[in-house]
Amino acid sequence: MATTKEISIGDAGSRASEGEGELSGETMMLNVGPSHPTTHGVLRLKMELDGDIVKKCEPVLGYLHRGDEKIAESMTYNQFVPYTDRLDYLAPLSNNVAYAMAVEKLANLEVPERCQAIRLLCCELARISSHLLGVGVYGMDAGAWTVFMYTFTEREKLYTLFEELTGARFTTCYTRIGGVARDIPDGWLGRVLEFCKGVLPVLDKVDKLLTRNRIFMDRTVGIGAISKEDALAYGITGPNLRACGVDLDLRKDKPYLGYENYDFDVPIGTNGDCYDRYLMRAEEIRQSVRIVRQCVERFPEGSYYAEDAKKIFAPQKAKVLTSMEELIQNFMIVTEGPQIPAGEVYFEAENPKGALGFFIVSKGGGVPYRMKIRGPSFCNLSILDKLIPGHHLTDVTVILGSLDFVMGECDR
Amino acid sequence: MSTSDLALLQERFEYLTERASADHPALNCPADKLIELCSALRDDFGYDLLIDVTAIDWDAASPRFTGIYHFLSTTKHEYLRVASDCRGDIDPILPSLTGLYAAANWHERETYDLMGIRYEGHPDLTRILMWDSYPYHPLRKDFPLAGIETPLPADDVAEVTGVSVKPAPMAGGPFVSSADGPMSQTEPSARDESWSEKKEKPCGN
Repeated sequence: MATTKEISIGDAGSRASEGEGELSGETMMLNVGPSHPTTHGVLRLKMELDGDIVKKCEPVLGYLHRGDEKIAESMTYNQFVPYTDRLDYLAPLSNNVAYAMAVEKLANLEVPERCQAIRLLCCELARISSHLLGVGVYGMDAGAWTVFMYTFTEREKLYTLFEELTGARFTTCYTRIGGVARDIPDGWLGRVLEFCKGVLPVLDKVDKLLTRNRIFMDRTVGIGAISKEDALAYGITGPNLRACGVDLDLRKDKPYLGYENYDFDVPIGTNGDCYDRYLMRAEEIRQSVRIVRQCVERFPEGSYYAEDAKKIFAPQKAKVLTSMEELIQNFMIVTEGPQIPAGEVYFEAENPKGALGFFIVSKGGGVPYRMKIRGPSFCNLSILDKLIPGHHLTDVTVILGSLDFVMGECDR
Repeated sequence: MSTSDLALLQERFEYLTERASADHPALNCPADKLIELCSALRDDFGYDLLIDVTAIDWDAASPRFTGIYHFLSTTKHEYLRVASDCRGDIDPILPSLTGLYAAANWHERETYDLMGIRYEGHPDLTRILMWDSYPYHPLRKDFPLAGIETPLPADDVAEVTGVSVKPAPMAGGPFVSSADGPMSQTEPSARDESWSEKKEKPCGN
């Protein structure tokens, strides 16, 4: 005869209230990524969970490693420009500019004012497009889908402008060492202004949807807070660093492209949490619009490439086809690459994600001996194993969204 | 770094020598003094941001590897480059800066991974971009651009499929050049030699 034995099972609520001691010790390993919507690309997180609290987080990188630095060592300086598109592929134009400026710094080459203005416009429009995506996707991560629809529509308009300027929407490959590939098209500046006019009301809409949104604030305020000291120790740069209250913007502090002549503010946060990081990006878009407007207003005349750089910038096609000297010059630059003197140079630019740096070692000639690319996302992500533990699993999505990283430049 | 700071630094640490640089001030520092120098840079000179850690492979030269560090001061807005030759050409060693800057952790792992420099005192010196069992250091100059045949990271998959990581087929490009030598030797060309005009086409017809 079967015997029955009475056991008692409390309901979930009473089990939870029995305290932490009961629950801890039973941890679970959770793998997120490399292909997961939260991780915005191919980041993989190995997490140890206790209930839904993350105890340990180990980021695993390298799923998008293409060996860009190795490739750079075996091709001429101009040939590498398309590869820079694929670093931060959400702001390819500003990568192009940063790379070209690093090489020009080594060549001690000044580009004309008009070229600088074109590049500055490229940088700021790229920043707007990257931040529009950053804010939109971040909102989506936190459950606010509408924002994404608004910002993506605006970003689409920007990409039309990029296409007009460079011939491509994503992989722009626009700069050359010593200039840019081509001058701006007729009427393009007017369309840039039109875009600026259109984007501001959208920013107001985003502001209304997110900034005082109860749910969004509950999910972001005080979550993923990074202290000033930690941010510096981990080498975080860009909006993520400024959200922690560190006043460092290379456009102001190490001006390039004539940023010192423009009137703009750099937003600085106080708490360094996810909410502050959103505020930084939202405000930076407005400031970028300010810079773009000033730039268009006083857009200089002149040449879009350094005319005196005979051994660096390939001459105009029409001249190549009609003049012997230019034909030889073009041939030399295409086959041997722009002639850059020997030396070591490090240049970094304030890109949407942070400071994108190029360290170039040259032995002279058209090919770099060694090129190191400092991807800001790589450094920004290195804090994850310290930042995420202690948070709920649902907060991980928000923290990752707020850091606004891109794996292209992280894995290189 | 301002010239007065630089003079002050060189006075305090006599072993520092100036390094040729096209932009920021640069210093050579012996590997065994690196920790001492960097803690002074961080605490006394305000270089609070370790921007980048990398290394250069000088190929045939000795010392073969040079570690490169870039610092940025968020108060003075100045950069400084510190270079340090590695002990050992086959198994290069440098002291780890992880005790001073948390940022050094991933940077040193990356340099170890791609360049094979061992950072002494690093808490977890494992590969970061390549997979753990990868046998080479691809950024070294003796590693070919196309890659070297390597077993798959997953043994069980390799066993069933018999697949391995193959060198990239370089036919048709990228048209690569090299940093040294005159043009006659370095003219860009496809390096793949599996088929050319002079040889027979690989397929029979």
